[in-house]
Amino acid sequence: MAKTRCLDPVVLNLWHPLGALVELPVDTVVDTVLLEERLSLAVGLGREVAVWRSCPDFVAGDKIDVASVSKSLPAKVAFGYLWASLGSPPDELFPIPEYEETDRRRLNAATFGVNVSAPRAIENFLDMGHFPYVHTDILGVEPHTEVKEYDVDISVERDEILATRCRFFQPLASSASETGAEVEYIFRVPHPYCSVLYKSSPVDDARYDVIAVFMQPLSQESVRAHMMLCILDEDNEDKVIKRFQQTIFGQDKPILENQFPKRLPLDPRAETPIRADKSAIAYRRWLSQKDVRYGVIPASY
Amino acid sequence: MLEDVRTRWHPIAATDDLPLRHVFHGQLLGREFAVWRADDGYVNVWENRCLHRGVRLSIGINDGRELKCQYHGWRYSNRTAGCTYIPAHPADAPARTITNRSFQAVERYGLVWSSEDPRGDLPVVEGIGEDDLLVLRAIPVNASAELVAQRLQSYRFQPNSEIAGTGTNIELVAATEAAVALRSCQGRAETLGVFFVQPVDSGRSVIRGVLSGRPNDAQLTAVLRYHNEALSKLREDLEREAAALPVPVPIEPIFERVSEELASLPELDSRGRKAAIRVQVARKWQTADGIMAFELRPIRGLLPTFQPGAHIDVHLPNGLVRQYSLTNGPGETDRFTIGVKLDPASRGGSQCLHDSVREGDVLAISEPRNNFPLRRDALKTIFVAGGIGVTPLLAMAQTLNNQSLAYELHYFAQNEQQLAFSECRQALGNAVMPHLGLSPSDTVNELRRLLSPYLPDTQLYICGPNPMLESTRSLAAEAGWPEAAVHFEYFKNTNVIDDSSSFEVALARSCLTIKVGAGQSILEAMRDAGVDLPSSCEQGACGTCLATVIEGEPDHQDVYLSPSERASGTKIMTCVSRSKSTRLVIDA
Repeated sequence: MAKTRCLDPVVLNLWHPLGALVELPVDTVVDTVLLEERLSLAVGLGREVAVWRSCPDFVAGDKIDVASVSKSLPAKVAFGYLWASLGSPPDELFPIPEYEETDRRRLNAATFGVNVSAPRAIENFLDMGHFPYVHTDILGVEPHTEVKEYDVDISVERDEILATRCRFFQPLASSASETGAEVEYIFRVPHPYCSVLYKSSPVDDARYDVIAVFMQPLSQESVRAHMMLCILDEDNEDKVIKRFQQTIFGQDKPILENQFPKRLPLDPRAETPIRADKSAIAYRRWLSQKDVRYGVIPASY
Repeated sequence: MLEDVRTRWHPIAATDDLPLRHVFHGQLLGREFAVWRADDGYVNVWENRCLHRGVRLSIGINDGRELKCQYHGWRYSNRTAGCTYIPAHPADAPARTITNRSFQAVERYGLVWSSEDPRGDLPVVEGIGEDDLLVLRAIPVNASAELVAQRLQSYRFQPNSEIAGTGTNIELVAATEAAVALRSCQGRAETLGVFFVQPVDSGRSVIRGVLSGRPNDAQLTAVLRYHNEALSKLREDLEREAAALPVPVPIEPIFERVSEELASLPELDSRGRKAAIRVQVARKWQTADGIMAFELRPIRGLLPTFQPGAHIDVHLPNGLVRQYSLTNGPGETDRFTIGVKLDPASRGGSQCLHDSVREGDVLAISEPRNNFPLRRDALKTIFVAGGIGVTPLLAMAQTLNNQSLAYELHYFAQNEQQLAFSECRQALGNAVMPHLGLSPSDTVNELRRLLSPYLPDTQLYICGPNPMLESTRSLAAEAGWPEAAVHFEYFKNTNVIDDSSSFEVALARSCLTIKVGAGQSILEAMRDAGVDLPSSCEQGACGTCLATVIEGEPDHQDVYLSPSERASGTKIMTCVSRSKSTRLVIDA
């Protein structure tokens, strides 16, 4: 077995996203990076996939028969993305049951490179307090800055973090409304580098839009962030929906890239938490308990 | 070696790098600084990291008084670097101790100087006059400061007035690991050039040159261009030389850990009625009929961070302790300003301040405490001031004004001469509305008009004499204001305190049970048992000695808690309130 640069067994044994299937050319070699390793991948017409450590035999752009790849790493397709692992991953990835609902739009809204660790990016995704300052007039607006009490739970049986009863004032709650309103969110963190957000749907009171981010760690301090949408919207074109999410992401990127240190510090005294950061505190604790070391600064020196 | 370097002063910016409302990204020994000048001229050199989530403060917003973080809008005050506002929790006053790491700053020779841990004063450079010098363009060099300083010794340049000539004599005046001074003489023309080397990191430096004498306008460009070219040439040579050397290990900055107390969620820290700060009365003036204003400046060091609505205890020469609200606006951190009304029924407090305390006197004061925090998430804020009650509301109004948030300050007084702090009011403009000479019934009518109808997302802050405060509160309730939107601060508690009961108090955290007898307050009994709790007015008005009730039925006698807080039975002011049940369990 080749030596890996990442020495964190927890992270090596995880599934990691490498790209949206619809954006990959068929039967063609594509290069990417995961945990500082150069990888190559290919997708067949029948969605069969192969991922291997890059080698001179197959160069990006070469045509290839996926079935002919002999030394493939563990690879699978889930939620419209190709996932792979450098270690021994579990059989199943975490579930997103809504992905199977047939009346939903499912798309990759964006794949963005960000020079920050995956955990910093996940923490930003869980954070509501920045909405009025970073996503001004879209997800929040001053002076509606209060983060109201919400609940956070670490589910032992599902091994994931769940933040519920999250509410935040949004200036344009939906395309249908003229005024601001409180929007309800639920956050899940089912994977150290992935998070799933449920947001009250503007078209159906009883259901939620699902927005997930899957971080592909290129190194300890850089990621490719893949954003998956699974929403109830029959009116807007893909490009309109994508543009909205890309605007949001583009606003977060410069903030994330100015965070210091870039790896997430797990020492509770490295930064100053407030009540609004309950989910982030739970996330940091959960990473510590799992003994995740890649992309973080562990609590014990 | 590195320890020596850390204790030395280094230039980190040119003074011109700090124009109005800018934040400059400074670097020294692997560490980043956010360097910014407040509108009052003070230069702040801070760790370039918001304490909350580590975002660089050099991308923050300098509003002239405070620096605001881009990520969550946390505001840090000029001078003290203390956090004054956390927008995610608009109803809470942030713990005073959330303070960013700051470094000393000195402006000299057209440069801003700082140090991680300075020992001694900034060294004096002979021959460079503060008012007659030229700061050259900073030249960054990818080479160690040591190497740069060595090679600078052989730098050659023409004197300013012979800049186009050749063949000058160069004399090495002085050389250290951090600077080189060279004198260039040609005939009667002479220029001293001092070249400071700023160690940015182990392998990176900045040359900051200063010349004696500012050339006339005709020569200025030529001199600047001359040195720019010559130093750029030196830079190329240095970088070539450095590239052949082993790459030095970058310096890892050490970030201080936040205190244990802050790492858990912030709570008030425990202090008795202490007066740790010594201030001098820098100015005392009559600001209105019967009202004296006092400007208090620290004897040494900085004053602690305050928030709008905060008050201080003033320990008077006659032994009395009185509370006064700070009127200062945001960023006004070099002084505390208070207003004191002469109370005809004075028991010695206001009398002493009016008659005995003079400019130059030293007073002992407590740290500012904020039990009257200002929300800044309202669409509009209404302030109602009666007489001297205007003081905390002036601080609040200046804060909202600075952030361009909508507010009105209604100031009730008998006549024009009784309106205090005219300079401050003028700066606030039309948002301050005086209501003069109204009878009690006209006052009620006017307040009724101002408070109706209640509009959502409006907040009301009231401070004034008790009868006016009571009627404003009941008018607001009549007009449909929710209790949570009505905030008030009493001057004093005029209730007659019944302290005849006796009961038992269990202190849950201290694992103590104490007896509170008739004539003794819970606070006093706790202190007798060695359990300290912060307090200030000790008459149930200011809110400092608040404690959480876990079990038992409180007998409320204060004027601080709102009716719903009272009804909840979970809070108690330990200085005056007592217990209806025989046993009270409190979280202390």
